[in-house]
This record gives sequence, C-alpha cells and structure tokens, in this order.
Amino acid sequence: MSLLLSLNNIHSYYGHIHALKGISVDVHKGEIVTLIGSNGAGKSTTLRTISGMMHPKEGSIILNGKDISKMEPHDIVLAGLGHVPEGRGIFPKLTVKENLEMGAFTVNDQKVIEERMEYGFSLFPRLKERVGQYGGTLSGGEQQMLAIARGLMLNPDILMLDEPSMGLAPVLVELIFDIIETLNKKGTTILLVEQNALMALSIAHRGYVLQTGEIVVSDSAANLKQNTMVQKAYLGMD
Amino acid sequence: MNRFFLSINVRELVRPLGQLTLFSLGSAAALSIIVLIMALVLDQTIIGETLTEKLNVSLYTYTLINLPQVVLDGLTIGFVYAAIALGYTMVYGVLEFINFAHSEIFAVGAFVGVEILIALDQTGMLRNASLGMAYVFLIFAILAGMAAAGALAVTVERVAYRPLRGAPRLVPLISAIGVSFLLQDVIRLVEGLTTGDFNRIFPTFGNFDQRIIFGKLALGSTNLTLGVSIKSLIVIISAVLMLVGLNYLVNATRIGKAIRAVAQDRPTASLMGINVNRIISITFLVGGLLGGAAGVLYALKFTRIDPFVGFFPGLKAFAAAVLGGIGNLTGALLGGIVLGMLETFAGSYMGVFTMGAAGSEYKDIFAFSILIFVLIFRPQGLMGENVGQKA
Repeated sequence: MSLLLSLNNIHSYYGHIHALKGISVDVHKGEIVTLIGSNGAGKSTTLRTISGMMHPKEGSIILNGKDISKMEPHDIVLAGLGHVPEGRGIFPKLTVKENLEMGAFTVNDQKVIEERMEYGFSLFPRLKERVGQYGGTLSGGEQQMLAIARGLMLNPDILMLDEPSMGLAPVLVELIFDIIETLNKKGTTILLVEQNALMALSIAHRGYVLQTGEIVVSDSAANLKQNTMVQKAYLGMD
Repeated sequence: MNRFFLSINVRELVRPLGQLTLFSLGSAAALSIIVLIMALVLDQTIIGETLTEKLNVSLYTYTLINLPQVVLDGLTIGFVYAAIALGYTMVYGVLEFINFAHSEIFAVGAFVGVEILIALDQTGMLRNASLGMAYVFLIFAILAGMAAAGALAVTVERVAYRPLRGAPRLVPLISAIGVSFLLQDVIRLVEGLTTGDFNRIFPTFGNFDQRIIFGKLALGSTNLTLGVSIKSLIVIISAVLMLVGLNYLVNATRIGKAIRAVAQDRPTASLMGINVNRIISITFLVGGLLGGAAGVLYALKFTRIDPFVGFFPGLKAFAAAVLGGIGNLTGALLGGIVLGMLETFAGSYMGVFTMGAAGSEYKDIFAFSILIFVLIFRPQGLMGENVGQKA
C-alpha cells in the first residue's frame, strides 16, 4: 500500500502551550486510521495542523508526496484533503444546497458539481428532502450528514472526520459509521478522530492512541482492542 | 448566450426593488401621517394662527402641500445613506468590525470625482459638452470615484487591518479611527498643496441643476412649484441600480455565496477551498465602490465638498446600519431610507412647527437620537437577529 499522508515529528503550539509534542502518523491509501484519546489529548489539534488551520513549529506533513505543512487551508484542500471539522461547521444561513455548493467552491464544472451532489444524496437521502432548508434548521444528525456530503464534494483522496458521533443518538452513530465504512470501500481513505473508541476501532484498520500531545500506542485496530491499557482507559473495561 | 440569460436569477433582481419600494413608501407614509396629525393638532394653537397670518394658509394645508417635495428629498438622501451604510454593514458582516475609515473612503471618492470634473471644466470641455457628453463625463467621474475609493478600501484593509486580524476587537477599531484621521489630513494636504483651497465645488454643467416641474400648487397668497431636480433623479436612479446590483452579487453569485460563507464561519470556509483573505478584500472592494459612488453623488447633490465631508454622512450611515441591524444588507437599505426620510421631514417641518425656535439646523438630533434609542431598546436593530457575541 502506498503512503498517502504522513506526519513526521509534528510539534504544534497554542500560544505558549505545547499541544503536539512530536506526533508521527502514517496513513496509507485505502485505510481507515483512527486517532483515539481523551479530551485535550490533541486529536483535533492534529487534524487542524494537517489541514493548515494552524501551522506546526517543527516537523513535516507529506500529502501525496508534497510537503503541505506551510500551506494555507484553501490550498491544502486542492492537494486532495477533505476535513469535516469538529462541531460540523455547517453554514447556518446557507441552504443545504448552498452548503454543498460551497464544498465544491473550487470546481468550475457545473455538471461535476451536480454529479457529486447526487452522490451525496444517494448516501444520505434525507439531505435531498431538506435541500432548500437552511443548514441551521437541520437536526444534529442531518448536519453531520451534510458535513460529510460537503466534505466529499471535492472528491478528496483522504477525508478527515473530527468526532462524527458527537451529540448523536446511538442509532444515528451506527448510520454514520456505516456510511464511513461504505465510503472507504468505495476507495476514500479515512482519518477518523473519535472519543467513542469502541465504535472507531470497530471500523478502523489501524489506530493511534494520543495522550497529552504524544502518541503512546499505535497498532492494528484488532490488537488495540485487546490492549489492556486501551481497554482500561478508553473502552471502559476493567 | 441563451444559457447566460437562463442563469440570471430574476427573483434576486425583483426582490430588492420590491423591498426598496416598500421601505420608501412605508417610511414616507408613516412620517406623513405623523406630521399631518401634528399639523391638525397644532393648527388650533398659536402656531397655526401665526402661519395663517403670515402666509394666509392653514398649517394643515401647508404641511400637506409640502409633503411630495419632502418625500422626494428624503428619498434622495436616504438612498445615499443606504449606499454608504452597505459598506459598513458588509464589512461588519464578514469581520465583525466597524470600519470607521469608511467615511473617508466616501470622501476620497467624492474628491476624485469632483477633481476630475474640475480638471475637465478648466479645459472648457464641460461647458461646451452636448447633453449626451455631459452624462458621459458624469458617469466617468462616478466610475473614477468608485475605482479610487475601492482601491483605497482594499489598501487600507491590507495595510491597517489585516495585520491586526488576531488582535482583540478594540485594536483594529482604534486603527480604523487612526486611518480615518490620517485620510482626512491627507486629503487636506493634497488639496492644500495642489489647489491651495480645500473647499471644492462641483462644476456646473449639463442639465443636472434643472428641475422637472410637475405643476404649481396654490399655497395661500404664494405659489408652490412641485418638481424634482434632475440631479436628485440621477442620485435616486444610480443608487437603486447599485443597491440592486449589490443584492444580486451577494445573493445570487458564487462570490456572494462565498462572502456569506466567510461571514458565517471563517475557519470552515477556508476548509472549502475558499481563500478567506481574498474574499475579505473583495468585501472591502465592494464596500469601497459603493462608498465612492455615493461620494460623487453626494457632491453632485450638495455641490460643495471639503476634507471633512465624510464625517456626518458617514456617522449617519453608521447610525442607519445600526438601525437596520448591522451586518444585515436589507437592514442597511431600510435604515438608510428611514433615516434620510426622518431627517428631511424634521428639517422641513421642525421650523414651522416650533415657530422658528428650532429650525432645520437641529435635524441631526433625530439621526443620533435614533442611534441611542436603538442601542438601548433594540440593539440588534430592526431586521437583525439576536445572535449574541461570537467568541
């Protein structure tokens, strides 16, 4: 499998706070890789650093063979990265359709935009019913669907999902995770950040465990589920 | 070609026209009713008697007969305020920041337009111009004023605001006030060095000063001519075109959607591949273009400009933007029209209603009282939503 995204010894700061202390993560083409860890471990910070919303002080981020660590978010998007941010980032006063159009802002071909929109609707038929509605009026689950559909509008090589299960009813969490698996089977590489470690490890191929800005364990998902430290800290087992 | 016409969103062209008509008629009707009731009441008092003695007409008739003229004047200045207010409100919508230098952007637009016309006038081209050419020159002056103001607005953002993007909210605000003073003095300096005089007069040419007369009304012992000056018509028509154009840009184009996306959630917009800095520049550009055009139109209407010409219109347009709900484009239209109308009504009737004790020189009280009342009782403005402060 070829290496799609690779973080090498990344250090990121919020002001003086040393948030990421030398993170190295590899994602191969076709994988689902998950980052698990508790609140404040640095999971979202890792994604924000990858997508250019913050820049690392040290280290390199290679996407498709290109160093993106100093690029701006809108250029990184063009390099093939989709980021569904924490809290979904739906534009509340744009309609569902306009939200999706924004996802394809850099695409000029109207036909391509429509095709991808239809693809999104085929994954989430519910969105089609809501197409003229403002994003802010959707339920949490619908917003998450919209955020994922929007993230797919640029047909990214790798889609990063930040806490897709946050605030959703269990049945919706199942639905969203089913879709993530489907997407992966259709060829999209996934980097998934989750607090719901059990769900994340059930669909992921490999996982990294973060603690206070450092990776403490990395292994295949199956092995992580058997790891006593992981079981104790993140899976709620004694 | 056919495809191009199909892709025009007619609804977004008609809707703002409807809104403008509604706001204009609505505020005109409301204020007319108020002054007519006041006139009826005051007619029985010494105020009515004094007027009858002087002009041989009842206060009620006087008020009624003056109404059409007052409404037209109110509309003219209201549309100018609306065009300036849009500049404040667009920038606020995207950055949550009041660009206090916008009044000077307006002034620079006015100066560039007027200086070009003065230069043309000195070559004698204006005086000998045919009517058609006079309009060409005027349009050219407006476009030049727009270009200068737009370029200046983009430059100011790049130099004085962008480096402060991450700073506390007060910091760019103070920078804006600094830019405002700086630009005032730059205009004064340039005018002082080049012309030695910083009161500039809009040259007389074309038929702009003529009035279209609708008819004469008998007003007691005198006659009142009812008409509209051509320059007022030009101001109204240009402003309506600009306001409709802006509404179309924001609501029906890709760039407009991106502007709204950046206004609603800047970090997420950048994840969509939108270059946020470019959209912010475009926002300042559009605000500057509108402000510059408003500047030249203001000079056309009021003839004399000086380096401080932006101060009062700018402050009133800001009040208008707050009145309508800052950050809300439709609100800026409403606020501008209501404020212009209110001010003109006050200026026209206050003198006669108070027997000359408080004349039109006090009309500004109304604009700024509104600002204070809105801030106290409805801080989100007439059309704004209560969104609270963003972090």
